This record gives sequence, C-alpha cells and structure tokens, in this order.
Amino acid sequence: MAEGRTLFEKVWADHVVVPETADTPAVLYIDLHLIHEVTTPQAFAQLRERGLPVRRPDLTLATMDHSTPTTPVASFSDLAVVGEGAANQIRQMEKNCQDFGIDLYGFGSEHRGIVHVIGPELGASQPGKTIVCGDSHTSTHGAFGALAFGIGTTEVAHVLATQCLLQRKPKSLAVTVTGRLPAGVTAKDIILTIIGEIGVGGGTGHVIEYRGEAIRALDMEARMTICNMSIEAGARAGLIGPDETTIEYLAGRPRVPEGDAWDVAVGRWLGLSSDTNAVFDRSVSIDAAALQPMVTFGTNPGMVVGVNDPVPDASDASFRKALEYMKVTPGKPMTENPVDVVFVGSCTNGRLSDLQQAAAILEGRKVAEGVRMLVVPGSQQVKRQAEELGLDRVFAAAGAEWRESGCSMCLGMNGDTVASGQLSVSTSNRNFEGRQGIGARTVLASPATAAASAVMGRVADPRDLT
Amino acid sequence: MDALTTLHSRTVVLPTRDIDTDQIIPARFLTTTTREGLGEALFHDLRYDRDGTERVAFPLNDPASRGAEILVAGNNFGCGSSREHAPWALLDYGIRAVVSTEFADIFRNNSLKNGLLPIIVDVDTHQWLMRHPGVELHVDVEASELHLPDGRIVEYPIDAFARYCLTQGIDQLGYLQQQSDAISQFEEARPWKP
Repeated sequence: MAEGRTLFEKVWADHVVVPETADTPAVLYIDLHLIHEVTTPQAFAQLRERGLPVRRPDLTLATMDHSTPTTPVASFSDLAVVGEGAANQIRQMEKNCQDFGIDLYGFGSEHRGIVHVIGPELGASQPGKTIVCGDSHTSTHGAFGALAFGIGTTEVAHVLATQCLLQRKPKSLAVTVTGRLPAGVTAKDIILTIIGEIGVGGGTGHVIEYRGEAIRALDMEARMTICNMSIEAGARAGLIGPDETTIEYLAGRPRVPEGDAWDVAVGRWLGLSSDTNAVFDRSVSIDAAALQPMVTFGTNPGMVVGVNDPVPDASDASFRKALEYMKVTPGKPMTENPVDVVFVGSCTNGRLSDLQQAAAILEGRKVAEGVRMLVVPGSQQVKRQAEELGLDRVFAAAGAEWRESGCSMCLGMNGDTVASGQLSVSTSNRNFEGRQGIGARTVLASPATAAASAVMGRVADPRDLT
Repeated sequence: MDALTTLHSRTVVLPTRDIDTDQIIPARFLTTTTREGLGEALFHDLRYDRDGTERVAFPLNDPASRGAEILVAGNNFGCGSSREHAPWALLDYGIRAVVSTEFADIFRNNSLKNGLLPIIVDVDTHQWLMRHPGVELHVDVEASELHLPDGRIVEYPIDAFARYCLTQGIDQLGYLQQQSDAISQFEEARPWKP
C-alpha cells in the first residue's frame, strides 16, 4: 500500500503549477489573496514601476484594519485617523484598490473588519484553498482546512502580479489534543499550552495539523483561535481537517458556491483529510483534560503558565531580561499582579463567541476601580451581532469601552496603546516588549480570563467568577 | 536588489534569543508607504531612551560597532510578524548579514528577497561568535562559507535558488513572470475554480 498523504500535502499538491527541483522552488498557485493597508503600498508601487496589472483582482480581497481608528462615532465619515502616516496609508489603499480593480471593504463598508475575521465571515476562506496575506496571522484560515500563511510585501507583489508564489515545501507536524476540555478552559488555553510545550521556534519550517477529539469538539471560532497562533510557535501554517462543523459554518455565507455547486464543493471539502496511514515529520500529543486557564508571564507567547501556578525560574540571560521587563517574580503566581488595562479583541479573540465569553463574566459585575477595559469587535458584523444580543450594554454597564472594529490595541498602530509600565491583560496574540505601546507589559489570556482580571483588578482565574 | 557575492566586516553581537520583529522595528513605524529610510527606526526602543538619547549599553551604540555589517544574534531571530520593514530597516542601517542558530521562516524569506543574508551556524560556532564580539568575518556567498579569523571555514545552508538570486542581484518577480504560460494552463486545467 502506498504511503498516505497528510491534508497539508494534498492541498499543496493540488496547487503546484511547476514542481520544485534542487535548483528552483515550486511555483504554487494562490486561491485567495487578502490584503490590507500596512503591508501593500510598496507592492503596488512595484507593480506601477513595472507597468503590471493585478492578474486576478477577483481572487483578491481588501480591507483596512491595522491603522484604522476604533473610537465610537455616529457615522464612518466622522472617524478620525490618528497620525498623517496612517491617514496617507488609508488614502493609498483606497487609490490602489480603485486603480487595480480590487474590491475594498473600506471605511463605509458594513463588512469592514480585521482581515482574518472578515475572510471567514464572508465565506471566502474555504477548505482546500491556498490563502495568503501580508500578515503572519493568516494561519487563522487554516481552521477551514485551507493552507494559509503569512508573506512579506515582496511576495505580496508576486501574488498580485502572477497569483503565484515561489515556495519550498515545509515539513509537517501533527499536534493531537486528546480528551475533553474541563469547564472554564478554552481554545486560547489550548494553544497557549501548545506554544509553551513546543516553544516559540518549535514549529519553524513546519505546517501544523491540529487533530484529536478536543479539536473536533471545538466550534469554528475556537478553531480559528487555535490556528491563528500557529505562527507564535514559529509554524508556517496550522490547519484542521474540515468536517460537518466547517460546512455548517460556511453554509449560506456570501462568497460560498450556490445550488448544485455548493453540493459539489461540500463533497470535495469533506473528502479532505489526512490519510490514516499518513506520516508526519513530527508529532506532539496533549491531554485536554489536564489543561487549565493559561497566562503568559514573559515577553513571548511561549513563556506561559497556569493562572494559579508559580512563575518558573531560569538562569539564562534572555529569560531573566523578560522577567525584569515584566516586573514579575519567579515562584509567585501571576494572580498577584495588579492590572491596569484589559483588552478584549484582535484576530485571535475578537469574534462573537469571544465577546460572549467576556460578557458572561462581566454580566452584573463591574470593572475594578482604576482599570481601563477596551472591547473591540473583530469586524463591523461582529459589532452588529453583539449589539443585537445586548453585549454592548453589558460591557457599558460594567464600565468597559465599546469600540468600532479593528486591530487596535493588539499592536497599537492606530493610537490605541498601553502606557509605559502598565500591565495589560490582553486576548491578543503577542506579548513582545513594547508591542502594545512603549514599555507596555502584556499578559496574554483568554477572553474569560481577561474579563475576570478586569473585575478583580488583578490577573484572575475565570473559574472563580462563574 | 544589489548583488551580494562576498562580505567582509566585523560583527556586532546581540546576545538575546527570540528577538522579534516588533523589537527590530516597532509597529508605530509601519505607517510608511515606502521602503526607504527605516534605519533610524531599527531596534528603536532598545537603541533610544524615551527622550531620544542613545542607550550606551545597547551593542549597536558602542562606537566600536559602528559600521559593522554583520549582526550576530541569539536563536530564533526575526520571530513574530511578517513585516518586511524588518529587513528593510536592517539594510537601511547598513547590516548585510545576520548570523544565528535559527531564523523565523517569514523573516528569512523576506531577507533573502532583499539582499540581506541570513547565516545559520551550529551551536559551537554561534557561541564562539557570541563570546567574541567585533571579530572580522569574511563571507563567501557563492560558496556559502563563513570564514572565521582563526582560519576555520563554516559552511552554512542556503536555498540554491535564493543564493543564485542573491549573488546575481536578481529579483524573483521576473522569474515568476516567465512562468506565465504554465500559470494560465494551470488555471484552465484545474478541476475546480476558487
């Protein structure tokens, strides 16, 4: 019997235009190119210099999310962009999309939002596709069984001009999560545990496939949270085999096929999985039943600990430097650290179910005195859905700020920043030094843990508030 | 892209591991729409205090390090975001090669497409370089060799195609454009359309 193939190998093989050789990489076809304002201006400039058109504007989807304001306004025309650089970038994006014939979900669009939230929402992210974007969190779309990865701006120009990329085939890594998650433990806690286990460089050169009972039990939004942070383990991409949960999520969305074409697509999608005799280059296994709410204590997402467990100690200089920056004490749990800011949002945890998790903790409670809590929906659609459910009123009653959609305080490009020295519990994906603002100290956590921390005024276990 | 065939320079050493792209160039500098002039933003919050004065303790600010074109850094350099502004900032500052035991994938790809050479070395060589900041190194890009001052020659791994483009100063878009017919055939022949 021939050796089986992994899901990743099947999607890869399906998109090889020219096979790789010892001297040349493969030419790989891209089915969906997501673009945003920060990593594209130089790519469009290159096309203009060479007089090249965009080969497939119909396979290109554009929005603006990184440098856009999230301040609440009555109408989009009132939005005040922070800084001339950001304003210029936004104007260029509008012009580039107009000049090259690309659909832009811009300021006035009801579909505007974080690129990794709107791709799935629109039904553009589908099983078996190759999806790229000038953004490392493109791995999010792997939740649908797509091969989705981040690229640089030079590669953005390659895809715009040719719809292809030059790529060497990565290796495969199986991460199996067995058993059932305990109550109060979420997808964010699973992925933080995995990153802690394999390390921030542990996935370098690999595509991760998340498997096992605990992954199958997750809804699509939770699967997106998992795949989103694949890059934080250094992986090229992360994906999950499509199943009924995937199909149910996609049904009826604006960009999925209709009628007979839908049935054909569903048949093809459900056939996409790793063969039972497929061989992965590496394998890791984790028991979901043993998991607990996780928080980071250092300055990369691999420096992670159970919320009630003591912060570990190590003697190497990089570890010491991180603890010094974070002002945390080894041997003491993170729950001893007072909180200044809580951020709920981002492409990791800015979807409706994430906001519901946070609201469930905040309902009938107040954000602690002196804590600033910002809730930023991942898209305008998430915002509308949350408002229909009354979540905005739960957040407002608790004393949290309710914002327009965008990347916001995840990377602080748009003026939403954490002040120097302040400790922020954030549902985002990176706790790098200065990521949320110069000198900002970031603790990554799930929406439930973030909300519990807002109420308690210190890093807190959400299971104590349910 | 300028061709890079040989490089001869002393090193500057950043001993920290997992140096992420937010440290290489903080996000607030990404509102630019060009590739130029980002050297000033390189390692900005590590290089400068809040009032704009240089931090004496930061290795790049050491007068002996000025003009060094080879950066030696800890394991897993360039992790984090896909921002190509990271290699643009390094190049604009004057760095032409980074030596580490491992690089993040996207950073490595971005670097090779801009003429910045990522050199992966074994742990022993790396530790020796970390312990000897400022040594003179010679890089033979054609041969993929790093020549140490004590005469040792360390071969480093690099994709053959990337090396060819680097040493010839060729950008890869031209090569991809030549595949246009194959791309059209692929689009027509595939059993399903995206």
